[in-house]
Amino acid sequence: MTISERAFHRRLFLRRGTALGFSIICITATLLAIAVLGVLLVQVASKGLDRVSWDFINSFPSRNAGDAGIKAALWGTLWMMAITAIVAVPIGLGAAIYLEEYAPRNWLTSVIQVNISNLAGVPSVVYGLLGLALFVRAIQLERSVLAGALTMALLVLPIIIIAAQESLRAVPNSIREAAYAVGASRSQMVFHQVVPAALPGVLTGVILALSRAIGETAPLITIGALLFVPFTPHSPFDKFTVLPIQIFNWTSRPQEAFQQNAAAGIIVLLAVLLTMNSVAIFLRNRFQANARG
Amino acid sequence: MGIIQPPVTRSVSRIKPRGQLEARLRNTREAAVTGVLFLCAAVSVVTTAAIVLTLLGETVSFFQDVSPIEFFTGTKWTPLFTPAQYGVLPLLAGTLLIAICAAVFAVPLGLITAIYLSEYAPRWLRAIIKPMLEIIAGIPTVVLGFFALTFIGPDIVKPLFGTSQIFSALAASLAVGIMIIPLISSLSEDAMSAVPLGLREGAYALGATKYEVARRVVVPAALSGIIASFILAVSRAVGETMIVAIAAGGTPNLTWNPLEAVETMTAYIVQISLGDTPQGSLEFRTIFAVGMTLFVMTLAMNIVSQYLLHKFREVYE
Repeated sequence: MTISERAFHRRLFLRRGTALGFSIICITATLLAIAVLGVLLVQVASKGLDRVSWDFINSFPSRNAGDAGIKAALWGTLWMMAITAIVAVPIGLGAAIYLEEYAPRNWLTSVIQVNISNLAGVPSVVYGLLGLALFVRAIQLERSVLAGALTMALLVLPIIIIAAQESLRAVPNSIREAAYAVGASRSQMVFHQVVPAALPGVLTGVILALSRAIGETAPLITIGALLFVPFTPHSPFDKFTVLPIQIFNWTSRPQEAFQQNAAAGIIVLLAVLLTMNSVAIFLRNRFQANARG
Repeated sequence: MGIIQPPVTRSVSRIKPRGQLEARLRNTREAAVTGVLFLCAAVSVVTTAAIVLTLLGETVSFFQDVSPIEFFTGTKWTPLFTPAQYGVLPLLAGTLLIAICAAVFAVPLGLITAIYLSEYAPRWLRAIIKPMLEIIAGIPTVVLGFFALTFIGPDIVKPLFGTSQIFSALAASLAVGIMIIPLISSLSEDAMSAVPLGLREGAYALGATKYEVARRVVVPAALSGIIASFILAVSRAVGETMIVAIAAGGTPNLTWNPLEAVETMTAYIVQISLGDTPQGSLEFRTIFAVGMTLFVMTLAMNIVSQYLLHKFREVYE
């Protein structure tokens, strides 16, 4: 073996070693990210699982940690999600349809498009400041469910629009051409053919957007949702609290018993979110299967 | 891709001419639908305008009482005490400290995860890991805040650094890091997947190892997309609220030591919103001035990030 051959082999050995080392680093890093999720779940479960019971779900908050529950928070979350969905879904879908199917290619359209991407990156607490100034003070909705839901609707709107746009874009052009070929007008083409074809994708996006809204806390604190609410809302104008705020409230107390309540609240919140995400993934898979077949 | 236009039907339908009234009705209906849809799209522009006007209006009225020079150069933030001082630097430093620590932790992990998913992982493993990362991305931040306060702080930061504090910037920034890892990995992976296969094949044909292909070919080719994901992640970390409100402490602190308690701009907004500061007072208006600073910072980062992504797409898509 000549010297240069030996040098080559040494270098090859080093290169292969680096490659192997790097692939091990890669796997470790990826597993670390997953392990964090595992630790988080175990940690929360070990703290809070004992507290999760029907009484916990069906009791109002209390000074006594053992009697406290999440009834008000759960109902507040339900109310808020319902109103948020009613407001944000039609507007978001409408905006997406306009941008994908109607909008002429001009400066106004690109301004709207860029603007939507920018809105998606605005910190949620800034939406809270907007909600405070606009809905709570200017329109005088006070600290009501409606004010919270409208704020949340603005927050999730860009997410819904972007998701809906993507699924509208995935609808093949042949469907549009076929609809025109049998004499459909543009709105007939859009609402009878394209939107139904894109619906599973749109629904997935809506569910993911709403699951983001369920977990949001900061904007609602900013508009002044209350920390201690011993009642359920009966109209959109009632005061309210939501699950993440209840969790935040318990987390910020030093007593161990309240920390356990917070963990139990987190378990309920994560269960709700996991259910919603599963539905979204199920819809997406069905949609992909349909699109292929 | 342009929008497909409906065919002009007037001259074609010779067999049964469309009634004029019917045609007019149809046109009116079409115009109405277009108008309503346009209004939906306009909501987003109105939202932006409302955010800017709200923040700007309140900030201008704030600056009539407090000089911008004091706001941007003062090193004490004590709006609720006498003498009240309005120097935003401690909040800014807290925000940057947490964002930087989170990035130091999350950028390498996120990037390596992305490389693994894009270049190494077999398909079945990707199918498991990607949804898990999506789940991490979907964890509400209040939950991560709880995790930072009850686990990362006492069980990781305390034993590792021997501190005695409950709150620290480090614990909060580790949790923020967990939050932005999925963002970095999924956006960077998208960028790497968009790199044409031919580039990789060329490198392999020259005898490169997998690591060399990843480091010398794929990552440089996807660099603008990867950097865009970093910037977006830092912008998300700057705007993150609940984790820092729970775990970072609530004391404005001009420090670069991550083991101390700090307060960020977002956490300050939460603190004032929770307190009983009367609305409309100067103290209360501080949150709009702080919010404006936050908004401008994140907007600038998002615009840079989008510009980079746009450039990247021009090259490969």
